[in-house]
Amino acid sequence: MREMIISELSQALHEIARDFAHFLPRLIVMLILVLAGWAIAYAVKAILRSILRLIKFDKLSENAGASQLLAKAALPSATEVLSRFVFWVTLVGFILLGVRALGILGLQEQIAKFFVFLPRLFVAIFILFFGLLAASFFSRAALLAAVNANVPSPRVLSLALRTIIIVFVLSIVFEELGLAEQTMLVAFGIAFGALMLGLAIAFGMGGRDLARRFLERKFVRGKKEENEDELSPL
Amino acid sequence: MKLAEESFLTDDFLRQLINVGEVDIIVGLPTHNNAKTVGPIVHTIQSGILRGFPRERAVIINADGGSRDGTPKLVTGVSIDDVRPASNLRALRTLHSISTKYASSPASGVALRTILAAAELLRAKACLMMSPESVSIEPEWLSKLLRPIYNDGFDLVTPTYRRHKFEGLLITNFLYPMTRALYGLRIREAYAPEFGFSGRFGSHFLEQNVWNDGTEGSGVELRFTLAAITGRYLIGQSFLGEKDHIERSAAELVPVLRQTVGALFSALEADFPVWSAVAGSQLPPTTGADHEMLLDPLRVNRKRLREMFATGVAELESVFQSILSPSTLAELQRIARLGDEEFHYPAELWVRTVYEFAASYRKSVISRDHIIQALAPLFRGRVFTFLMENRNASADEVENNIEGLCLEFERLKPYLLQLWK
Repeated sequence: MREMIISELSQALHEIARDFAHFLPRLIVMLILVLAGWAIAYAVKAILRSILRLIKFDKLSENAGASQLLAKAALPSATEVLSRFVFWVTLVGFILLGVRALGILGLQEQIAKFFVFLPRLFVAIFILFFGLLAASFFSRAALLAAVNANVPSPRVLSLALRTIIIVFVLSIVFEELGLAEQTMLVAFGIAFGALMLGLAIAFGMGGRDLARRFLERKFVRGKKEENEDELSPL
Repeated sequence: MKLAEESFLTDDFLRQLINVGEVDIIVGLPTHNNAKTVGPIVHTIQSGILRGFPRERAVIINADGGSRDGTPKLVTGVSIDDVRPASNLRALRTLHSISTKYASSPASGVALRTILAAAELLRAKACLMMSPESVSIEPEWLSKLLRPIYNDGFDLVTPTYRRHKFEGLLITNFLYPMTRALYGLRIREAYAPEFGFSGRFGSHFLEQNVWNDGTEGSGVELRFTLAAITGRYLIGQSFLGEKDHIERSAAELVPVLRQTVGALFSALEADFPVWSAVAGSQLPPTTGADHEMLLDPLRVNRKRLREMFATGVAELESVFQSILSPSTLAELQRIARLGDEEFHYPAELWVRTVYEFAASYRKSVISRDHIIQALAPLFRGRVFTFLMENRNASADEVENNIEGLCLEFERLKPYLLQLWK
């Protein structure tokens, strides 16, 4: 009996030792991958930060209105946020590769899903950033055009355009991320429809006088309104 | 003959140029739907050539931007025989008129480039650009603009005009003072519709990198004048007489700002080594008066100008925060709240505004086109003050006010240099 126990214990210890001997190289591989990943992520972060500073990404982000959002959230500059984001994504990627090297079965599928999701995440961030940039550019263009054409309430016009573009961009971003696609589609439809209806009512109610003046100027022959441009600027 | 120009000009135009052969004088006439005015202008040009240059070989070159009203046919169809009986003059050489369509839409840069390329191919000694809208043109204008080049070795002759004191407000309040302060030469009409130049300088400008810099040749006439200054070419001015008044609609202010303010701001980057070293200013050799003023009463809706200024300052606050310093913006917001009688946009504040705009344009703090557009309401505010200051002023008093503004631009030039760093 005693010998049996010793034998079983010895066998169990052997198996543990054998399993550990099998596992140890994987653990070492994982640690190497994590360490290499940290070094690569750090290098990528430093290179990216230099490139972003070189192309004046902070200014671009300021134009897009993203810097203001970051400042409100007490976050660092857009360059710093993006470099840190890329650092962590790279490091997490290497950690997951290391974990995969351990060969733990349940984790394999989740890790594969993460790597499939990664490109979509980058595309979504790309769309969001350039969407914000476009919203800022076009709303400012509308504001300037409206002010110089002496259109009433130019800021409302500009804000409406900005809102439409941002809503549109967010709907694309959520679709790209695959987050609650149906809910987002319905929400977007309702929000967009409500916005358009609101604008139609607002322009209809508020623009009556404007339309009347425009039609009078167009069709009723009267005294020509004098303006400053009767003075040639050149 | 350069390969670049060969590929740039059409085969048909090259054939016409070869038929003409070498010439002494070229008169360039860029057009686009100018059928109403171009006929008499071509007559006057021909008459000017017969009177001033009967022994020289001359050609009128029409660069057309896709007219649909038969403008090119009117240019080439005007017969010199119609001019001869009236003027009792005879040319000793054939006077050619040729035309080319450079594009299907007008572009002043491409038109000038076409004429410069033609001038280089035909080895012209003296060239003249004429506006198809200059209805007040006289035959003497040709001699006044070409003679200094043909006989006296000048490279660029710009015009001066007799104008109403409230006409050309962008020139008197921005273009003339700023070019004078920065480039050191008191050229009244740096952006002129008609000007004469030597073939030598024309060839030099043709080689400049202004044709593909993304501005699509906008304001190229101003770049032409600035290139003559920075290239140290001999520049003169010639008094032509009264400038015709062409009414412009409100919508035209922003395109005009793009052509003038945009072209000047754009040139400042490349010309920094030249203008940063200039101090003071000099009057170039000038034939006749360097300016004359008409003082006829003129009704202007000044209230609307001030309102558009106040609206612009209020509505564009977020845009101005990117362009202007906090102190300049605060001062603009203060004066925007004043009533018609108290409102005053002083020269110093206007100069600071313009210099801060120029520095922001260089740094591209926002889209450069948006920076130019944002200047429009502020320019209206400055115009309001100019009109108020000079409503009862004599010609000398108006000129003194313009001179004061010019000196303010010169005095504050170190501020621009400081912003530029």
